[in-house]
Amino acid sequence: MNADPRQALATPAEATEAPESGPVDLAAEFRDAGIGEVLDALDRDLVGLEPVKRRVREIAALLLVDRVRQRRGLSSTPPSLHMSFTGNPGTGKTTVAMRMAEILQRLGFCRRGHVVAVTRDDLVGQYIGHTAPKTKDVLKRAMGGVLFIDEAYYLYRPENERDYGQEAIEILLQVMENQRDDLVVILAGYADRMERFFESNPGMKSRIAHHVDFPDYSDDELSEIGDRMLAQWNYRFDDDGRRAFAEYVALRRAKPGFANARSIRNALDRMRLRQALRLFECGEVVDESALTTIVEADVRASRHFQEEAAAGDRPG
Amino acid sequence: MRITQGAFSFLPDLTDQQIGKQVEYCLEQGWAVALEYTDDPHPRNTYWQMWGLPMFDLRDPAGVVQELNACRDANPEHYIRINAFDSTKGWESVRLSFIVQRPSDEPGFRLNREEGAGRNLRYTLDSYAVRRSPEGQRYAR
Repeated sequence: MNADPRQALATPAEATEAPESGPVDLAAEFRDAGIGEVLDALDRDLVGLEPVKRRVREIAALLLVDRVRQRRGLSSTPPSLHMSFTGNPGTGKTTVAMRMAEILQRLGFCRRGHVVAVTRDDLVGQYIGHTAPKTKDVLKRAMGGVLFIDEAYYLYRPENERDYGQEAIEILLQVMENQRDDLVVILAGYADRMERFFESNPGMKSRIAHHVDFPDYSDDELSEIGDRMLAQWNYRFDDDGRRAFAEYVALRRAKPGFANARSIRNALDRMRLRQALRLFECGEVVDESALTTIVEADVRASRHFQEEAAAGDRPG
Repeated sequence: MRITQGAFSFLPDLTDQQIGKQVEYCLEQGWAVALEYTDDPHPRNTYWQMWGLPMFDLRDPAGVVQELNACRDANPEHYIRINAFDSTKGWESVRLSFIVQRPSDEPGFRLNREEGAGRNLRYTLDSYAVRRSPEGQRYAR
């Protein structure tokens, strides 16, 4: 039967499945997997986040070595890949999760490499018996890729013991344990609340191998992020505008509701609005450089500068 | 008698891996995959029970295989089939349907001959399994 040519065609990989031996060129492995490009892109495209980049590199290296070991029959169990990303809002958790999915796919630990981003609403139902089908449906959609659960601690509501979140957690845990080859789960959220979530769900903590902490951006990094965002949309600051923007970043950080890069994007959106209105109201013929330049006035018109000025004027 | 309905039914039963590959093809075409089961094997029986809703937005067959195993556990001696529905305009119909589980013993069909006017003969199929016992008890556990 082994001579049947169709069978030989059907399983070419298994025919050469004998464990390899001899030295291995990890650099070549690295090149062949194509993760170098992903890691470089990560370094290039994301500003700052040094500890995160190092962690991602570590994880990628671990997985690469693990793959080689698996081929040689040195390790039998697939590595646990579930991760938790902690950090303040707007620090790039979702973006890094997308890159992580790509790395996992290139290394063959994840078949499709797509990311399904969900929150509590997508997993937890509204009445008895609603949660399990809902959670299973999401899990099925995420099979072969990465399930990214944003603000995962909302799944667990200790103040309401009849909350259905616990049911979703149990289904999640079961799949995280039994179908490790099919699905990678990444939990994300604020550091302190995630910590409390893990304390009350020790099963979850023990199943998560990699904890990655996302630091806040510095003011300089945020300014650079602003520059890059504008460049993406084909805008730019003039010199005064850029100086004003750096001041803006420092002011905005002190205000409540500051969400790092997300606040920057929202601020830039508002500045584009003001720029558009300014061009529209000046009533002149505008050239391309006017269309693409955001000047100091657009930045300084921000509410935060005005509040600052009002506070300065106030006696005492 | 082994019943032959849907695709691949003249081939040996598909393994889970082969089922996964077929489902993968369906998902690549953008078809929604659904599971159905029945214990009435009549070829004109279109009323199979649905196992859950059709699965939309899947990217990987693992989810379907997981549901299939759950359905097998619940219905170990039923026929189970996988349907792939194409929703593109103009098709809007099942594009692929194949049986993925069958009872261990299939007693087959009796051919009924009914004599009509002018020595006409009308033929119908009558399933031994269906005649033998009511729904849910037709195949040995």
